[in-house]
Amino acid sequence: MTEPAGREAVAAVWRIESARIVGALARYTGDFALAEDLAQEALAEALVSWPRDGVPRHPAGWLLTVGRRRAIDTYRRRATQDDRYAAIARDLGEGGAASGPVPADPARDADDVLWDPDRIDDDTLALMFVSCHPVLSREARVALTLRVLGGLTSDEIARACLVPTATVQARITRAKRTLGAARVPFAVPPPAERAQRLGSVLNVVYLIFTEGSSASSGSAAIRFDLAGEALRLARILARLMPAEPEVSGLLALLELTAARFPARTGPDGEPVLLEQQDRRRWDRAAIRRGRAALARAGRGRGLGAYGLQAAIAECHAVAESVRATDWPRIVLLYEALGRLAPSPVVELNRAVAVCMADGPAAALSIVDGLAADPGLATSHLLPSVRGELLTRLGRTDEARAALRVALQRSDNDRDRTVLSRKLRALD
Amino acid sequence: MKYMLIMRADDTAYAQMREADFAEMLETVGRFNDELIRAGVLLAAEGLADAAEGVVVDHSSEPPLVTDGPYGETKELFGGFYLLNVASIQEAVEWAKRMPITGPGFKTEIRRVPTIDEFPQDNEWIKRERAWRESTGQL
Repeated sequence: MTEPAGREAVAAVWRIESARIVGALARYTGDFALAEDLAQEALAEALVSWPRDGVPRHPAGWLLTVGRRRAIDTYRRRATQDDRYAAIARDLGEGGAASGPVPADPARDADDVLWDPDRIDDDTLALMFVSCHPVLSREARVALTLRVLGGLTSDEIARACLVPTATVQARITRAKRTLGAARVPFAVPPPAERAQRLGSVLNVVYLIFTEGSSASSGSAAIRFDLAGEALRLARILARLMPAEPEVSGLLALLELTAARFPARTGPDGEPVLLEQQDRRRWDRAAIRRGRAALARAGRGRGLGAYGLQAAIAECHAVAESVRATDWPRIVLLYEALGRLAPSPVVELNRAVAVCMADGPAAALSIVDGLAADPGLATSHLLPSVRGELLTRLGRTDEARAALRVALQRSDNDRDRTVLSRKLRALD
Repeated sequence: MKYMLIMRADDTAYAQMREADFAEMLETVGRFNDELIRAGVLLAAEGLADAAEGVVVDHSSEPPLVTDGPYGETKELFGGFYLLNVASIQEAVEWAKRMPITGPGFKTEIRRVPTIDEFPQDNEWIKRERAWRESTGQL
């Protein structure tokens, strides 16, 4: 027994242990949705008894013991209606005490079927693949991943994603029902499916990162550090799947992007564009970690879409200034990215790089080629890039018109600030 | 946020470590380190060689007094550190509670590592240090 714990200590333990608890219970019961419910029940019990009795010496063992007992209780309740559950309850009851109060400090004894250090990695990986399953909506994948792998509460997820708590709870409940209805097994997908399924996992981690790093509405002070959480998830994946180049590529991209955060805002919180950023404020340690991950990503099959984006971020990270940046290399990387993952936004970014490498005229022809692209029809991105290029070409009236369109379409303060500044500079 | 877990040990603790089976200790510490890596929170870690190999420079006098280490008076010696990237100090405390080598005289001190934003960016010396960090890729 240790000192009595506050809610914060329980929350900290939960962030460390939740993946292991939900993963082990899901393996034990074969039912992901039930495992998540049981884990939440165990957490609720911890919130009552730890502040009273202190944090147990082996918190994970304590939580698993509670979760397992609740599992057996659940099956026994169901057993009165269904013989199958009676058999399950009997089976689960073997290999450890199955009723009575939770001991103050359950040992990690060999009998405890749940405490299997050799299974933790597979459990965590299976949890990742199930939480990010393609049968779920993107919002549900994000919420579920933050909840079971990040150990965040519904309140924290709601604050971070800027939606009401009830919405988060509804998303998670629905997601668990969907997984049950689709009979999704709790397992790491077989090799044939793995590559495609991994894409979904990486995409969710990337979404969590962009949610945390985008300067959309919401006060930074109350938003949980989602970008940091995404980095943690990427590191966990890199430890679990060291041979997957795109896992290292994603980790590299997040580290190299997060390295620029300290320079992204000025003293009054106003956005600072890459060109004006004080590069001395970039986090060198994060850049080093990112470059190491990128080097790992480049071994073997070559860079994938995340690796290429990381390589572009690396070009910026190692350059002393905008002028000294290797723009021709960035153009090449965007060309490769455009073939692997074609998108009008990638084309726009390529145009910006072409502008820096070969001048605004060459870039403008790329941008004008995108004018009819439906993917950009409502976005402020195209007119803002176009406005910038026209400004550089000295075509001021056209530039002004383009920037005005961009301003109309912009939906957040950060972009509007930048666009207004560019418009004023034309007067 | 970055936190440093500073490992401290007194003579009793060091005696215990010297008696321990070295291969066993490497495994114990290795498993703990792997837990940190698995959780995605480990940024850096170093352990120090025996304090008896060290030297102490005492600045109480002018010129300073140089003696072979360790400190004569001090009961606790700095033995190594972990640098963790966690969301809160409570989380750092929870990890510190899991330090694998424990017993009388072992302590872990937890200290926050300030971010670069917390220093005056227009200070000439901070600017110089930034330039040096940039050119050498230091932490």
